[in-house]
This record gives sequence, structure tokens and C-alpha cells, in this order.
Amino acid sequence: MIAAAPLSLADALRAIADDPFATVIAGGTDLMVQINAGRRPVTSLVSLRNVAELKGWSTESGNLRIGAGCSYSELERPDFAAIMPALAQAARTVGSPQIRNAGTIGGNLATASPAGDTLPVLVALDAQLEIASSSATRSIAISDFLVGPKQTDLRQGELIVAISVPVLRGAQEFLKVGTRNAMVISVASVAVLADLDAQGVRIGLGTVGPTVLRGARAEAWTRSNIDWDSNRVVGNLDEFVALVRSDSHPIDDHRSTKRYRSHAIGICARRALQRVFP
Amino acid sequence: MTDSYSPHPAYRLMVNGEPHDVSDAWIGESLLHVLRERLELPGAKSACEQGECGSCSVLVDGVLVCACLVAAVTVADADIRTVESCGSSQSLSVVQQAFVDAGAVQCGFCTPGLIMAVQDLIDRGIQLPHASPFDELATREALSGNLCRCTGYGRVLDAVARAVEASR
Ligand SMILES: Cc1cc2nc3c(=O)[nH]c(=O)nc-3n(C[C@H](O)[C@H](O)[C@H](O)COP(=O)(O)OP(=O)(O)OC[C@H]3O[C@@H](n4cnc5c(N)ncnc54)[C@H](O)[C@@H]3O)c2cc1C
Ligand code: FES
Ligand code: FES
Repeated sequence: MIAAAPLSLADALRAIADDPFATVIAGGTDLMVQINAGRRPVTSLVSLRNVAELKGWSTESGNLRIGAGCSYSELERPDFAAIMPALAQAARTVGSPQIRNAGTIGGNLATASPAGDTLPVLVALDAQLEIASSSATRSIAISDFLVGPKQTDLRQGELIVAISVPVLRGAQEFLKVGTRNAMVISVASVAVLADLDAQGVRIGLGTVGPTVLRGARAEAWTRSNIDWDSNRVVGNLDEFVALVRSDSHPIDDHRSTKRYRSHAIGICARRALQRVFP
Repeated sequence: MTDSYSPHPAYRLMVNGEPHDVSDAWIGESLLHVLRERLELPGAKSACEQGECGSCSVLVDGVLVCACLVAAVTVADADIRTVESCGSSQSLSVVQQAFVDAGAVQCGFCTPGLIMAVQDLIDRGIQLPHASPFDELATREALSGNLCRCTGYGRVLDAVARAVEASR
């Protein structure tokens, strides 16, 4: 096999089981950059482009199931945004229209960059990933899946099939900082999601650690510093910002510095919380 | 390209409604490379080959993408449209004419990609938030994947306004 364009998940899984050296390609927006630069030798390709089971999203009894092959453009649309505004907003900040038309949420997960824009939202929601091989299927929590920078728990012969998240009641925000508005990889990003039924806030922090992190200390603060009858912040926001910073572990790299990232994540988180609880 | 790339058996691409056979290509070759170097369709431009500039924008099954980020062999079954499908040597398309009238072409390197992006913007017009009659912010967002080093975008926006007006 040199290139396969399976129409079904079973055929895709068989193709990668038969050829362990095959390169799996979805939207190509991460992979082709590597291939064009000659950094990624390819002997065979399995394209997920036409695999029916990876397409589309659906809701069922309080859960949202998103096919791994959904493009950012699909997640940006008003019908999806009405259900999961933070993920729609994250999708809208990715690259450019051309990149959003091609790039998929499954590719974002498999690439597992600490700057992957869907990841703060998915981590905040404790997303469960559905993973399949030709012989088995399994479910794994996103925090166990993202094991390090660009490292995942995905094993040989496996594909991400879908992502499941709870649908929450309450406002949501996703914010990211970069050098400009369009076409920018974040230097810090945050997802803040209200969960009015649980009287809590879920916080995901991007680009400020080896993987996307949960803002656990800041979340704990919101439980006692938000008046859940009026949905207003009653505590001192400076405390919240300090906790967000203590939940983060940024580093210096070619895109930014530890100091700036720590500064930016605090400001973004404060702004996001203020938008969620105006 | 490195030596570890494998050649691929011949496959067929449907470009602008016409079948083209591609032989002796390497497996990981981008659609942009195949169009330009194998099919003599140099309209899509090659600049960054990493999805940043949009000069290679084409439509695949009606969806605007960067041809440099598409593995050509994976779109063997798709309807591919390049800038060569816009207008003809006798008459320019509405969008092309608007670019000429607005003086939106300087060196011209970004132009084929912009023509495709603007055509796509107009074709999708009704789906854009607040798009009627001509929304500058929505337009800027729609063209944010196309870099131009010459015009400063002012005349490009003018061309879009003219094209939107003319296609109404
Ligand atoms: C110009 C440009 C701008 C970008 N901007 C952003 C940005 O702002 N934010 C951001 O987060 N990302 C950005 N990216 C990165 C990229 O677009 C995303 O990570 C995208 O989600 C990758 O998805 P894809 O379908 O294109 O993946 P591909 O390139 O097709 O694949 C990437 C990897 O994922 C694997 N893979 C894909 N699907 C599956 C699956 N279902 N199961 C198992 N493995 C799979 C592939 O084997 C490969 O290893 C940008 C990229 C470019 C070129
Ligand atoms: S050459 Fe494809 S985006 Fe620049
Ligand atoms: S006219 Fe020269 S790059 Fe746009």
C-alpha cells in the first residue's frame, strides 16, 4: 500500500494495522509543514479525509460528542457555538480561514502542542477521548492522553475517533495572546467555563506548561468567591490572578519568556472570568 | 525532498473540470507542487510552503485551502479549482476586474491567492456574520490568511467592495 483513502473507520484501522509505517494524515496542516520541509520521510499515507465515522458532532443526554475529523470551520459555526461557545471561540482563533477549513480537532489532539488552541477548553471539560485500533476500542481522559509536549498516549495502530465533553450551563470564554490577531500560535491561552449547576468554574491553561494544565487552585477559589445566587464575583480578583499564576509553569522559549507568559496568563484569566461573570 | 520519499504509482487529479494524470510523483508531494511542477498550472504561487501566506489558495471540493498543505494523492477523488478557472483570456471574472479597477495589484504575487479567497468570500457571502452589504471587519477576517507585501490591503479591500457590489 502506498496511499489509502478509506471510507470507513474499519478500513482505516485495517490499513494502519497492515502497514505500521504508514503516516496518518487528516487536514495536513501540521504534517505537510513537516513533509514540505523534508523533516518527515513518508513511505505511505492513510488519509482520514473521507472516513465517515470521524465526521460531524452530536449531542445526547447532556453530552457533546465531536468526531475527530471535525474541522475548525465546523466548530466555529453558530449551531456549534450555541452549545460550546469556548470551543467555537478557540476554533475561531486558529490560523486563518484556509487553516480552519482543513485543520481538525483530532489533529490538534494528536499533535499535542502545549499551544494547541482546542486543548485548554477540552482539559477544562475533562474531555474523554474515544480511541480505536483494529482489535479494540478504549476511552481515556484527556489529562492521561496528553503526557508531555507533543507526546501522547496514542499507540501504534490507533486512531482518535471522537471527543466527548459535558454540555454545561453558564457562560464561557477562551482568550489567547500572541504577536498579532491572525495566524498566530499562542504564547498564553486560557479557557474559563462556568458550571452553574455544579456552582463551579472550570479553567484550562495553555502554553504555560509542558502540557495544557488545569487551573485547580484558581477553580477552588471561585467556589467560595462567587455568589452563586447572583452569579457575581465577590472575592478579590488579585487573589484569583495569583492563583492562576501559581497553577501555571511557563518556560522561556523562542516565542516568549517565562515572565511574560506568567504576566499574560493572569491578565487573560482575570479578563475571561470578568466576562463570564460580568 | 529527501531520498527517503517513495515514488507513487500514477493517479488522476480533476483540476478545473479536467482530468490530469500524475506519474512519477513522490508520495508526500503537495498539491501545490504537483499543480505547478507537473501539471503546468502555475497560477497558485509557492512562497512559504507552510500555510502562512495563502498565495497557494485553491478550492478543494468547494473549500478554500492552502494547496501547499494538501498531499496531492489524498485529493485524487476531489474537485480541485485553481485561479486558472477564473475568467478567460478574453474576459476577466468580476473579482479579477475589481482588482484591476481598484489598482489592487502591485507585484501581483499574492493576487492569485487573493482572487480565490475573495471569490470564496463572495460565494459564501450570506454565511458571513454581518456581511451585508460590505463589512470591513468580516472581510479582513476572511482575508487574514492571505499576505500581501505591497498594497497595505487598502486597495484590496476596495476591490472586495467593488466585487461585492458588482456581483449583487
Ligand atoms: C499556518 C498555520 C497556522 C496554525 N495555527 C494554529 C493555531 O492558531 N492554533 C493551533 O492550535 N494550531 C495551529 N496550527 C496547527 C494545526 O493547524 C492544528 O494543530 C491542526 O488541528 C492539525 O490538524 P490536522 O487535521 O491538519 O492534522 P494533520 O497535519 O493531518 O496531522 C497531525 C498529526 O495528527 C495525527 N492525526 C490526525 N488525525 C488523527 C486521528 N484522528 N487519530 C490519530 N492521529 C491523528 C497525524 O497522524 C499527524 O501525526 C497551525 C498550522 C499552520 C500551518
Ligand atoms: S505557499 Fe501555501 S500558504 Fe504559503
Ligand atoms: S501585490 Fe505584491 S504581494 Fe501583494
